This record gives sequence, structure tokens and C-alpha cells, in this order.
Amino acid sequence: MAENENDLKITVRKLNLHYGPKHALHDVNIDIRANRVTALIGPSGCGKSTFLRTLNRMNDLIDSARIEGEVKVDGEDIYADGMDTVDLRKRVGMIFQRSNPFPKSIYENVAYGPRIHGMTNKAEMDALVEKSLRQAAIWDEVKDELNKSALALSGGQQQRLCIARALAVEPEVLLMDEPASALDPIATSKIEELIYELKERYTIVIVTHNMQQAARVSNDTAFFYMGRLVEFDATEKIFTKPKEKQTEDYITGRFG
Amino acid sequence: MTRSKGLVGRLVVGFTGACAFLSVAAVVWIMATIIWGGHTHLTWAFISQVPSEGMTEGGVFPAIVGTFFLVVIMSLVGVPVGTITAIYLSEYVGRQSKMAQVIRFAVNTLAGIPAIVFGLFGLGFFVQFSGNSLDKIFYHGALHWAQPNILWASLTMALLTLPVVIVSVEEAIKTVPQDLREASLALGATRWQTIRKVVLPGSMGGILTGAILAVSRGAGEVAPILFTGAAYFLPQLPHRFTDQFMELGYHVFIMTTQSTDVEKTLPIQYATTLVLLLLTFTLNFSAIALRARIRRRRVAA
Repeated sequence: MAENENDLKITVRKLNLHYGPKHALHDVNIDIRANRVTALIGPSGCGKSTFLRTLNRMNDLIDSARIEGEVKVDGEDIYADGMDTVDLRKRVGMIFQRSNPFPKSIYENVAYGPRIHGMTNKAEMDALVEKSLRQAAIWDEVKDELNKSALALSGGQQQRLCIARALAVEPEVLLMDEPASALDPIATSKIEELIYELKERYTIVIVTHNMQQAARVSNDTAFFYMGRLVEFDATEKIFTKPKEKQTEDYITGRFG
Repeated sequence: MTRSKGLVGRLVVGFTGACAFLSVAAVVWIMATIIWGGHTHLTWAFISQVPSEGMTEGGVFPAIVGTFFLVVIMSLVGVPVGTITAIYLSEYVGRQSKMAQVIRFAVNTLAGIPAIVFGLFGLGFFVQFSGNSLDKIFYHGALHWAQPNILWASLTMALLTLPVVIVSVEEAIKTVPQDLREASLALGATRWQTIRKVVLPGSMGGILTGAILAVSRGAGEVAPILFTGAAYFLPQLPHRFTDQFMELGYHVFIMTTQSTDVEKTLPIQYATTLVLLLLTFTLNFSAIALRARIRRRRVAA
């Protein structure tokens, strides 16, 4: 599918991951295009979230996880010796399934990333906080109460705040792990609109359980089943003419 | 719960109830005796004056100040060391790792060592070994550090109260949600930044609780300071690390065993005990209240 090598943001080759004795990912190969939304779908436990977390090395936090193979972001192997995970995670941000704002003010949540990366200028910070909140489509709702605790926001607002917090670090890639699964339909549609806008500037990889969501927001879709990447293609092809029987069974709701 | 009806059943209920009532009775009895005996003597003069006339008159001011310095120095050493240990245990080695188990076993063992053994250890390690070494290196063997003083007593006490701090802080660190650590790391924070900006602020209540519990434990123990720094009678206050000091618990012990006039000492002794109890109770209750607040917050989160 790689029409042009330069369009590829992330390339994965023969990726295998074990949790202790459990073989969680088998020989995954995938090319993720820049400034596109790539959806990862599949039944629970199929390895899609595990795969997502290999892209910013969040699996490093799990002692029993062992990883083989190659993951390149912009042509650079992120599992190579000497790779700085701090730098990697600045470039590859992440949004979690459960919104997880810090128990700090709205402003401090957004400022957290830039601050740990050394930004001290107040005016610059103010501007960045505003820009990030605008990009996450939550500025109008919170602009008058930036010093209020982030925990006082609604679930959907908290998730958009978490997106703003990730954007403030100015990443190139956004990994989203079922970002709307805990939200009501209105909050969900806001997040989906947001994803649609964000893909102009960011490469987005999103794990979702929701088939309609994958169809609505993504350009490419990868179907995972039992730790293997079964099929990967343009979203419309996956949803209209899947090549594999397993993919078809899954998207038509015959299992999962 | 089913109610037992037979005679045996009633006897069992009565007997278990009586046993349970024992602790209530003990607390009430102790408190009543001490308040009854001491309240008339507990005046501002008593708190602010120096003991006089062979401890048959005067107050307990030096013992209060000595106790205060003791627990402050002890906390300044014990709380950071305990907190850092708890951080190491829960953030760096993994809670279930071999290393964590070994350290936790050591901490539990430390908690089980009788206080008098800490006193002897303090005498051997701090007063004699450390003190002699310091004197040899800095004073050509002249006696400065190789004798009981408030620093050695505080360090001995810090060691005794270390398990209390470690356990409280570890418990508090556990209440910081893993989600928040991941959020921080995913933003490119290092582990240490995550600990400093997310884990520690989230554990502040636990660190405070640990400190208060340690202080309350330390203020109540006498055995560790017997040979390491407490003075029998010392009207002037300690103002150097090498000074000895008076302490409330030790003062009670001295008045009980060394009084020259039992009749005259008795009310002072009651009042001193009352001061000591009020101090430790206040500290314990504030620790319990703090911990309850933290628990509530955990449930709410």
C-alpha cells in the first residue's frame, strides 16, 4: 500500500512480543502512513492494545514483556540500543482508555509536559496552553476556569483535556487506546470530530472496539486476531470487501 | 448472625464480651487514674518551669523541650530515609520482586526488635563506635562525640521508628493510581520526574501520617535513649548535638525509681505522665484522622 516511502511514519517488521510464557504478538508487519488515521480493531485480548503500546515503548514498564523485531518511527529503530524513551514519547504521544488527568488544575495539566521538557517562560506557556486547549476543542468550555481542578470536569471534557495535554508536548504521532469507550454518545462524537481535525497535523493510531467508529474516523484499518495481524488495508476495503474470512466474520458481527 | 439460646451459648457470649471489655476497662482505668492524680498539678507554671528541690518541686519544661528536640531530629533523619526506602520498594524494584521481599522482611524484623536492644545497639554503634571514630579523626581522641548525646539518641530513635514510616509511605504510594504514572511517562517524563511530580504529591498525606506515627512512637519510648543520651537531671536546655537532654518518659521513670520524697514527687509524676499521654494521644489521633482522609480520597478516586 506504500505508494510513496516518504508517506510512511511508522514501519513495523516481524514484531513479536511475549508476556512471560504468553506469546502476545506474532510476526506483526505493518506500515502506518503519515497524517492518516489508522484504526486497530479486533476482539478483546487480540493484542491491539499491546501493539499500540509497543509504538511508544509503554510495554517497557511491564517487567515480563519481551520484544523482538523492528519498529521504526521516521526510519529510526525505536528499540535500538541508546534510543531515548523520553525523546520517543515526546514524539509519540498517547491517550488512554480511561481519562487520567492529574489531580491538578486544568492549566497545570496542560503545562505538565512542556514544563518537564524545560519550558519556563510564562507567556510562552500561556500561549501553548491556549493553543493546545483550542486544538483539543475544549478551550471555549474551560477558558474562564483554567485554575479549577481538572477532576471537576465531566468525563468527556477530561478526555479532551488529556488530548490537549498530549498535544502540548507537540508530538508527531498520537496513539489512542479506545479513547471514547468510557464516554456517552455526545462526548464520543466530539472526540471523533476532533480526531478528524487532528489528522491534518498528526499521524493517529487508534484502537477501537466500535466498528462504526473505525469506519467513520479512519483511513486504514488493521484487524488483529489472537496476536496476529490478519488483514490491513484501506478502511473502505476492509469494511466492504475484506480478503480474509476472519475479518469478514468479525466485522459482520459473527464473533467477537 | 444467629443468637445462641442455650445456657452454654449465653455463657460463651458473656465470657467473650467480658474479655473484650477488659481493654476498654484498662484504658478507662489508666486514663482516670492519671487525670485524677495529675490534673490539679498541670498548670502553666508546671509546663514552663525547671524541676527543683531534687525533683520534688518545679515543672518539666526541660523534659518537654528535650522530647521536642529528640523527635524533631529523629524525624528529620527517619522520615526522608523511610520515604526514600518506600519509593525504592514500590517504584524501582517492583512490589513483588525478590529484592522488595528481602527488604520488607528486614523492615518487619526491625519492627520486631525490642526497644532495649535498640538502646544497646545505639550505645555500641553510635556512642562508642561512631563517637570514638569521630573523636579520633577530628579531636585527636579528646572526648566530644563518644558519650551519650541528643544526636545519638535521636538517630537510635530514628532507626526504631523507621519501619513505621516505611509502611505508611508505601501504603500511601500504592494509592496513587497507575494511570497517573502512565500519563506522566507517556508525556516523556522520566521515572524520577514522575515520582517527584506525581507520586510524591499524591502520597503527601501518607508521609505526614508516617511522620506523626513515628513521632508519637518515639515520644513514648524510653529504652532506646537510656544509654544514648537521656539525662537524669539537667536544668539547662540542649543547644548542641553533643549535649545530653531530659525527656518526658525518662523523667517519669526517674521519678518513680529515684525519688527522694515519694509523697512530694507523686503529683508531679502524675502530671508528667499526663503531659506525655496528651502528647502521644494528640499525635496518634491526628495520624488516624489524616489516614482516614486519605482512605476516603482513595475510595472517591
